[in-house]
Amino acid sequence: MIDLSLLTDGGVGWLDASGPSSHLVLSTRIRLARNLAGRVFQGRNSETEREDILSTVEHAARESVLLRRATKFRLDRLEPTDRQLLHERHLVSKELAGLDSDGRVRSGASLLIQDRIGVMLNEEDHLRIQGLHSGFALEAAYAEVDRLDAELGQRLAFAFHPEFGYLTSCPTNVGTGLRASVLIHLPGLVLTKEISKVLQGLAQVGLTFRGLYGEGSEVVGNFFQLSNQTTLGSSEHELLDHLGKMVRQVMDYEEQARQVLLRDAPAIIEDKVWRAYGLLRYARALSFEEAMNLLSGVRLGVGVGLIPDVAMYTLNKLLVYTQPAHLAVAEGVEPTEADLPIRRARFVRKVLESEVGRRG
Amino acid sequence: MSCDQCHEREAVIHLTQIVNEQVTTLHLCERCAAEKGVESPSGVAKTPLGSFLAAMGNNLTETEPAPRTGDTCVRCGGSFQDFRESGRLGCPECYRSFEAPLRELLRRLQGSTHHVGERYAEQGAQPGDGQVRTAELREQLRLAVETENFELAAELRDRLRVME
Repeated sequence: MIDLSLLTDGGVGWLDASGPSSHLVLSTRIRLARNLAGRVFQGRNSETEREDILSTVEHAARESVLLRRATKFRLDRLEPTDRQLLHERHLVSKELAGLDSDGRVRSGASLLIQDRIGVMLNEEDHLRIQGLHSGFALEAAYAEVDRLDAELGQRLAFAFHPEFGYLTSCPTNVGTGLRASVLIHLPGLVLTKEISKVLQGLAQVGLTFRGLYGEGSEVVGNFFQLSNQTTLGSSEHELLDHLGKMVRQVMDYEEQARQVLLRDAPAIIEDKVWRAYGLLRYARALSFEEAMNLLSGVRLGVGVGLIPDVAMYTLNKLLVYTQPAHLAVAEGVEPTEADLPIRRARFVRKVLESEVGRRG
Repeated sequence: MSCDQCHEREAVIHLTQIVNEQVTTLHLCERCAAEKGVESPSGVAKTPLGSFLAAMGNNLTETEPAPRTGDTCVRCGGSFQDFRESGRLGCPECYRSFEAPLRELLRRLQGSTHHVGERYAEQGAQPGDGQVRTAELREQLRLAVETENFELAAELRDRLRVME
């Protein structure tokens, strides 16, 4: 098993609920797609070329300030559970971890990470520079990633076209190469059935949504990842401003929906959130989806002040730590399909018990 | 259901056509469909771009001087057809090799063809290398102090003193 204790906060600092608007927004992610000039893209390159990209970028990173002490993970040399663990922590994409349907990890697939920022190497593009912050923090997250981009850009030659901007393997990322996403919890809008209207509205203004685990993942537990759809024709700050404004608007709608629920159906909501808490606290088997939905209910209860004794941080942690690879690591053995729900329930009970115990 | 064409393999593609106001549905297996030039959904829609590219393929030939079949990128040898199938380009040079159809694609996909964000200053293109180097070191020093990396900060300060 890999040792994630080498990473600051085990790489899950983004879960600590310390950032702005943490009661609604779990995390903000920024990524920049970059490729090295004069080299073929990932889809057509060889193992040797990928190794060369890895060593070239790593060399540049070791000379930089922001990745000088970076920890390196070679995904292609890790066991499946370890790759999945990094993916569950949102540190690498499904593609890089080789968890796509074909299940193959590409040679040279690597991650360099130091604190909140890092670079995925030999992903769809040669470099995916990324930063992950707690709460709603678009500008702060971008500023850090932008600095790293500048640092690496001084030492490497990036593929750049005067008209099209930064060149990427897929034209959906060309230009700025910027994808900014905000992971937001919207149970109020789901319960009041306003969510589809909101999502349609976002699509009309050029934003898109995905599930908890990004591209291709389904929405579970009322968590939505909102992000910019286009990467060309607007500057980085325009893209961030636009997304930021829209997210603030969605946050307002969500707060309003919660007020409506509390005003019109207080008894139902109170029952719903405590029922969710009761199940999490005492259930003996929990499927992933059920756990996500119950955590969503408790999160809503904590957010509107109905459940006093649970910290957002605990709930955020449970989202990640109740997933298969994390449960395997926590208990030191690979769980089978059949006992996974039992282990999940046991883990959740233990965490919630200690939380209540600590607060007396 | 067996394939209408070969009557052997299982039909997996159901092609509905309207010819002379007559609606006909053809049930084809993957191989016969490919022979008829019908792409299977598994082949095209692997990438989110896949269906978009398939849909625009026909229009493209009408409106744009699309690259002739067999045209390949001078650098990587990839063709525009490869891109339409995979949704991914072969190399940076592909943006020049297939400039016309890509510009059209970007207009539809991104609503623009012009990058207006940060401009990348290529290596060696900057005038006054010494000045650039000093500015770079100063920026590194600022970052090092900010991230409380004092060991590096001291080293950078010494190097700056020598240069100035």
